[in-house]
Amino acid sequence: MRQTFREALQSGKFVVTSEIGPPKGTNVESMLHHIDLLKDRIDGMNVTDNQSSVMRYPSVGGTLYIQERGGEPILQMTCRDRNRLALQADILFAYSRGIRNILCLTGDAVPVGDHKEAKGVFDLDSVQLLRTIRTMETGKDLGGNDLDGAVEFCAGAIVTPEANPIEPQMIKFEKKVKAGAEFIQTQAIYDLENFKRFMEVARKFDVKILAGIILLTSHRMAIYMNKNVPGVFVPQDLIDEMEAAPKGTKVAKGIEIAGRMIRRLKEEKICDGVHIMAIGKEEAVPDILDAAGL
Amino acid sequence: MKSITRAKPMESVLNGLAGYDRVFIAGCGTCATMCRTGGVNEVAAMRKALEEAGKLVTGTLVIPTACDTLTHECMEQNREAMEDAQVVLVMSCAFGVQTVAGYAGRPVQPALDTLFFGLETEPGHFAEVCMQCGDCVLARTAGICPVTACHKGLLNGPCGGTNNGKCEIDSSIDCAWTLIYNRLKEIGRLDLMHAYCEPKNFQAMAKPGHIDISAEGGESR
Repeated sequence: MRQTFREALQSGKFVVTSEIGPPKGTNVESMLHHIDLLKDRIDGMNVTDNQSSVMRYPSVGGTLYIQERGGEPILQMTCRDRNRLALQADILFAYSRGIRNILCLTGDAVPVGDHKEAKGVFDLDSVQLLRTIRTMETGKDLGGNDLDGAVEFCAGAIVTPEANPIEPQMIKFEKKVKAGAEFIQTQAIYDLENFKRFMEVARKFDVKILAGIILLTSHRMAIYMNKNVPGVFVPQDLIDEMEAAPKGTKVAKGIEIAGRMIRRLKEEKICDGVHIMAIGKEEAVPDILDAAGL
Repeated sequence: MKSITRAKPMESVLNGLAGYDRVFIAGCGTCATMCRTGGVNEVAAMRKALEEAGKLVTGTLVIPTACDTLTHECMEQNREAMEDAQVVLVMSCAFGVQTVAGYAGRPVQPALDTLFFGLETEPGHFAEVCMQCGDCVLARTAGICPVTACHKGLLNGPCGGTNNGKCEIDSSIDCAWTLIYNRLKEIGRLDLMHAYCEPKNFQAMAKPGHIDISAEGGESR
């Protein structure tokens, strides 16, 4: 039997997770291809939940496919689109179908997505969602009513190590751990010295930290992220390295950089693993793993 | 505190008036005047615009405070002009529109959208500070309301979208939780931010809101 994600986290090995983006529509062919490509090489596969507030095939649907095909799914759940009744109902459903890992997120704001006039729900926040799972594990729902059949999950959350200011984020990080987060995936990190400083604080908490890795595909992408993606900071030397790579070898350079970073994170035991977000370049994830020697 | 309004686009006003030839216009001398959406000047400009669009304006009135009970008397004084109209176009917040609608005896149409209750933080600048949620959390947030000032109404700290102390949806808007953190730190009460905040009671915001304090022991629901 394959190892569960919780077992992988507790084994002390360097854990690797990645992400599957569900389709805009019912054509799941490419999602299934990505699942098959990665399922035997990594410890867990996240399925994003209407990522960037763009309406897509549901994350729970994606996790069921991963389950069927022999992978280890991690269900991403945001608080943006469902109130506490709907969230709890989906948690019951996921558990009943064998899903055992959940990543709790607040969710991006509605106006950044493709249904700009929709109502943002945010009945619960990410800390409260973590607590909800822990409450449901005791056989009760949020209303204090008995559940006929409880749940049990390996639950996690996220943090942004490069956030400015960092202190309010760290208070929330601590609240997430206290609320029952067993693992934390970080926003993309590129500056390992900054990340080490974050880890000095994070290490004090009983939680596994998976460093976020986003594949760079051009120096323009790095500049764009620095300007537009909150909490992402690509240092100038990496931007220069991407720019210097000859045309046609940019993605290969990005893979090399990602592999190099992962190798260092692992060799220097800086954190407990990585979470690779390929964002449309899932095909490159096996190459990143090869480059990292994993 | 003022009821903050924004003019609907003229196209939307004219669409709403389709099929009506004769219009009476009512503005408001209080909040809408301050917001420059329904005062004497705006009512005059609306009259001109409607006439240019081929409407007959039977009369105009700027009610001192459109949501007040005295509105009825003001309207009585203009009854002839109002009764000559098929529709009353109201240039006040929704409170005024509803008050006028109760007395007009004919269709009313809002010319404004009502946005929020706002404080005038500097001349001409209005900010929403309270959304009347019925479950006040200000004691734990140093007097800054995250239900109102955080786009997502988060109760346990900032989301990952905050950047340099600004909000994910608009970099000109302060991140409420950065403000709260700074002030809690300043007053030596960061412990309040470390404490877990339970899910909010969204049913404390009575809908529809109603309160009766006229009788002894009167209560809200």
